[in-house]
Amino acid sequence: MDAIVAEDLHKRYKAVQALDGVSFSVREGEVFGLLGPNGAGKSTTVRVLTTLTQPDSGRAIVAGEDVVRHPNRVRRSIGYVAQDSGVDWEATGRENLLLQGRIHGMAGPSLHARVDELLALLGLSDAGDRVARGYSGGMKRRLDIALGLVHRPKVLFLDEPTTGLDPEARVAMWVEVERLAAEEGLTILLTTHYLEEADRLAERVAIVSRGRIVIEGPPDELKAGLRGESVTVELEESDHRAEEAAAVVRSVDGTSEVKVEGRHVRTRVPNGAQAIPAILSALDGRGFPAASVTTARPSLDDVYLHYTGREFAAEDEEGTK
Amino acid sequence: MQTARQTGWMVVRQARNLMREPIWIAMMVIQPMLWLVLYGQLFSKVAPLRSGASSYVEFLTPGIICMNAFFGGSWSGMAMITDLDRHVIDRFLAAPTSRLAIILSQVVRAGVTAILQAIILLAVGYLLGVRVHGGVLGFLVVFAAAFLLASVFAGFSHGIALLLRRESSMIATANFVSLPLMFLSSILIGAALMPGWIHQVSRYNPVNWAVQAARNGVVFGGPWGETALYLLLLLAATAATSAFATWSFRAYQRSI
Repeated sequence: MDAIVAEDLHKRYKAVQALDGVSFSVREGEVFGLLGPNGAGKSTTVRVLTTLTQPDSGRAIVAGEDVVRHPNRVRRSIGYVAQDSGVDWEATGRENLLLQGRIHGMAGPSLHARVDELLALLGLSDAGDRVARGYSGGMKRRLDIALGLVHRPKVLFLDEPTTGLDPEARVAMWVEVERLAAEEGLTILLTTHYLEEADRLAERVAIVSRGRIVIEGPPDELKAGLRGESVTVELEESDHRAEEAAAVVRSVDGTSEVKVEGRHVRTRVPNGAQAIPAILSALDGRGFPAASVTTARPSLDDVYLHYTGREFAAEDEEGTK
Repeated sequence: MQTARQTGWMVVRQARNLMREPIWIAMMVIQPMLWLVLYGQLFSKVAPLRSGASSYVEFLTPGIICMNAFFGGSWSGMAMITDLDRHVIDRFLAAPTSRLAIILSQVVRAGVTAILQAIILLAVGYLLGVRVHGGVLGFLVVFAAAFLLASVFAGFSHGIALLLRRESSMIATANFVSLPLMFLSSILIGAALMPGWIHQVSRYNPVNWAVQAARNGVVFGGPWGETALYLLLLLAATAATSAFATWSFRAYQRSI
């Protein structure tokens, strides 16, 4: 059974078409990633699925219930960890968790036991009785996740779980999410604009761009779907003729998507080992000696470029404006 | 039932968080005293202002109790702005939280604060010679008037907070609403001394309903029928502004 089904979701905010027909489904027990640059519509999708806001049109079923028709039933089955921390600063970690549990109708010793368990699980046992105002960013984030888990939800939404964390805390958070997925048997939908995060955590990803899902599948399949490898040739340091060299590479059979980055010429080929000798001899014959050459399997970055025709990083920057 | 339980837990949250702010507690205690002493002294020599009370301070005490209640209520929406800014509200809304419980908890907080301030003011007033002529019923009427008046404006203030969602807009609105309502009421001077048109307008001002009721309790010891009517009007107004605030969640959720 599918834990989340989104069908043709549309939502418009004044001049911005935030969702322009988003459809995807997430299987029970799966970790699913919505990957896209800032402003692509990931957070809006999550806000619709968590009943925080309503779509203009389209339908969404979460944990078996329609988000528009039965929002309270959906709310009972989901945990929501928003992009921005929802911690009550003036309350202790424990008080935050107890109130959240009580909202979900929990009470008594079983609630207190669950709160103790979560504080321990997320490494907050020592800080649990301190007011959250004094918590570090990473601690607030872990408390947020605990808040989303108090009532043992079936589906957990993690909206940009590692944005704003330093690299060390980010890796710790990845380990945490992997453990939760395994131990609590949750369906997890996470959004991220970090390609490596989606690659590492998600069993399947959907790439979101400008309010639409561009492509969906397991990261490895998406990359394999590009059928090929990238070859990067580095010209010698004194050589400033990268554009001319790129023209030469373009003339070699089997090369596609040739791009210049400084002294590097990058291209996509079906098979790196076969293409490299041809590329190198073509370059050498025209007087462009190569300093080095490398091949790489495609990354999600390449997948994004391939399906949207746009660079992920540039799009991401654009979206933050 | 669930709404009542959730309201209770949310009130506990409010009370506990406020207890961690000693400055807030100090202000809550000191400010009403300051009003009573300053206004009481300023107008103490103007005999006609007493309007039937034995001293101007006695006339003024129920008025200042109501002034604190409705100022407190008008500003209470700032707590909603903080909760919105810190995304606590979003967390509650994505859980099966009753919207009405979120509003009622804030209304109850404002109302209880107003009662605490009324107790402080009656104690300070006692030292200045103010007696509650309505007896036990008089005390109950004063507390009910303070609680309900704070509630009316707390509901309004939270609705506005959800619609505006910005601290500066909120401050401007609270000022714009509260000062005129104060001067269009008999907080400072009796109805008989007001210009005719202000007297007429004041009859529709919820602040004035509360002042009249509280003054019946403290100064005149009745009439209770009229007093009960004022309290019922305040209760109806509380229901209306709380409903408005609860409805405002929809407007907020459409915007996110």
